[in-house]
Amino acid sequence: MIRALLLSALFLSAGSASAETMRLAVTTSFENSGLADILLPQIAADTGIDIELIVVGTGQALRLGEAGDVDAVLVHSKAAEEAFITAGNATHRREIMYNDFVIIGPDDDPAGIAQAGDAPEALARIATAQAPFVSRGDDSGTHKAELALWNAAGIPTEGDWYRPVGAGMGAALNTAVGMGAYVLSDRASWLKFGNKDGMSILFEGDPAMFNQYAYLPVNPARYDHIKAGPAARLEDWLVSERAEVLINGYRVADEQLFTFNAER
Amino acid sequence: MGDLLAGLTEAFRMIVTLDAELIEITLRSLRVTLTALAISCLVGLPLGGWLAVRRFRLRRAVIATMNALIGLPPVVVGLVVYLFLSRSGPLGVLGLLFTPTAMIIAQIIIITPLVASIAYQAMRDLWSDYHDLLISMNATRGQRIVTLLIDARRALLTAALAGFGRAIGEVGAIMIVGGNIDGATRVLTTAIALETGRGDFALALGLGIILIALALIVSWGSHWAMRTERQGTW
Amino acid sequence: MVAALPLTLTGATLRRQGKTLIGPVDLTLGRIGVTVVIGPNGSGKTSLLRMMHGLQRTADGRVGWSVADAIARERQAYVFQRPIALRRSVLANLMFPLRLRGASRAQAEAQARAIADRFDLSAMLAQPAPSLSGGEMQRLALARALITEPEILFADEPCAALDGQATRQIEALLAGTAAAGTRLVMATHDMGQARRLASDVIFLLHGRIHETGPAETFFAAPATPEAKAFLNGDIVE
Repeated sequence: MIRALLLSALFLSAGSASAETMRLAVTTSFENSGLADILLPQIAADTGIDIELIVVGTGQALRLGEAGDVDAVLVHSKAAEEAFITAGNATHRREIMYNDFVIIGPDDDPAGIAQAGDAPEALARIATAQAPFVSRGDDSGTHKAELALWNAAGIPTEGDWYRPVGAGMGAALNTAVGMGAYVLSDRASWLKFGNKDGMSILFEGDPAMFNQYAYLPVNPARYDHIKAGPAARLEDWLVSERAEVLINGYRVADEQLFTFNAER
Repeated sequence: MGDLLAGLTEAFRMIVTLDAELIEITLRSLRVTLTALAISCLVGLPLGGWLAVRRFRLRRAVIATMNALIGLPPVVVGLVVYLFLSRSGPLGVLGLLFTPTAMIIAQIIIITPLVASIAYQAMRDLWSDYHDLLISMNATRGQRIVTLLIDARRALLTAALAGFGRAIGEVGAIMIVGGNIDGATRVLTTAIALETGRGDFALALGLGIILIALALIVSWGSHWAMRTERQGTW
Repeated sequence: MVAALPLTLTGATLRRQGKTLIGPVDLTLGRIGVTVVIGPNGSGKTSLLRMMHGLQRTADGRVGWSVADAIARERQAYVFQRPIALRRSVLANLMFPLRLRGASRAQAEAQARAIADRFDLSAMLAQPAPSLSGGEMQRLALARALITEPEILFADEPCAALDGQATRQIEALLAGTAAAGTRLVMATHDMGQARRLASDVIFLLHGRIHETGPAETFFAAPATPEAKAFLNGDIVE
């Protein structure tokens, strides 16, 4: 019985032959920005590669890369990326672009972070006021960036006011809106978010909240089936002039979200 | 409240304009769930019948386990199936991960215990009625099971519909093994999860309304086809 | 074709959870006649019939047909006290035993319609069987039992749940069946019915055959005091 199922499964999957496909794991914050909807069709047109996008948190994206279930990853957590390379799962990382994080909160700003001079001060005000703060809590790039900011400010994240939700950016924003809590988000996700309901960007601009995206093709030496060719061509495209124009030109609500900073 | 109204409007708009993406993910939802359901019924219904008529030492344990498996959290099933189908996993060579086939496999695992359990219960009741008669008529075991399957068909329809409902609304397992890839493995439930995550509640609700409508249509359709609840029928 | 009868029981015993339901029984059933099994409630009438038909396996002793068991099973039929109707039409019910034996649909349907005619069921053929009245359903059960033309028919108190008119109908059909040559073994608590139908009688008491003999002699002058008391209508313990 199992054999019959496996065989029919093989038949079902064998039918899906396409020109060139590759699998790319990206983070929820990248997907939420909507940039993928602009880039993917252009990539297909320019390179003939059909990208299958799998949208998960940074941690899961890297696990998929490690298991060889995707051909490349696009994430934003330098420390995790370097560990990924050290473990031999990728040969290099290629910086593509950056966006920034912002702190979202209720319009009436109970902790008064809008007047803060820098990120550590903004966070300190939240901690002092014990204002509710929603954390991604899912080991993602955004989560790690958030923890780094708390660390830099020397503030312990203990207490009822600090609420890790263990979810993607969209879900975390929903929860924050529902609670009227502060939350750290990438600008892109927030601008594209459809449920802003009484919340807005209260603090932004500190260079410490700079968020670098990098592309890592999975090391083909680890697995035979990795599509190294398309992955390399995608990398070339992502650092090309065409990509630069599209990425810099991408706007939501009249705001530029990403800044291209790849080195050619 | 405004969101609910917006959702209804959105659902209406998508249907009337025959939104291409909507049609694509709806057809995929149906394809995945109906395939999984067909295989689950092929396995689960005879299994339920066999358990109803057969007596063997571990029977009670098997039935209790089968009932317990109904409570298997779908997302856990998804994770386990992922580990099997992953390239680094034992069945990785089949290349099934992130395809609708993987989603079908996960859904089969989730709904077969449900279908088998309801089928078993229905046929057990019928068997206690028919037992003496079928033995007196010297029916073979195969004939007994077939007789039960035919005469319990309306209860088995309930089993199938329960399985359908569970599968069509499932999101955790198929998100993990399917990846919700646009154009390849996105279905109604994963699209709803996606749009909710984007805060686009109107669209999410619209999709949800369509999903409910789909489930209702399937249920009404099958009841009509099997002519249940008609005068004089049972 | 070798007949399955005579049937010989030797020391046949039925037990459940340590308790003896019936037996040991030593008995021979010949090829002709109507054997009526009587006795107080709990004396083992149903158990005896079920044991003979093979619905329950003996704990001790033997139920010996004159042909192999597998063949003997095909030559018998059984009517239960409460008729068991398949959740199908009356016609489908009648066809069922034939279809089990591999008859084609057309053939089975033809035979079913023929027997429905004899049993006055033709008007109800399309009806779902469970919707029939008690008497109608028992008539269906009887027709269904006889459609395979069995050598021997067991009937366990077939009229117990029926009203007077239905009882009369069923009795007449049973008498007709016996007259046509089918061996009939019937349990009943209705003494009038026993007298009307029996050619020989088995009187059970506490799970043993207490007395047996040709109907005429048994009803005229029962040999044992318990049989006498029973026929009198007294409570026999």
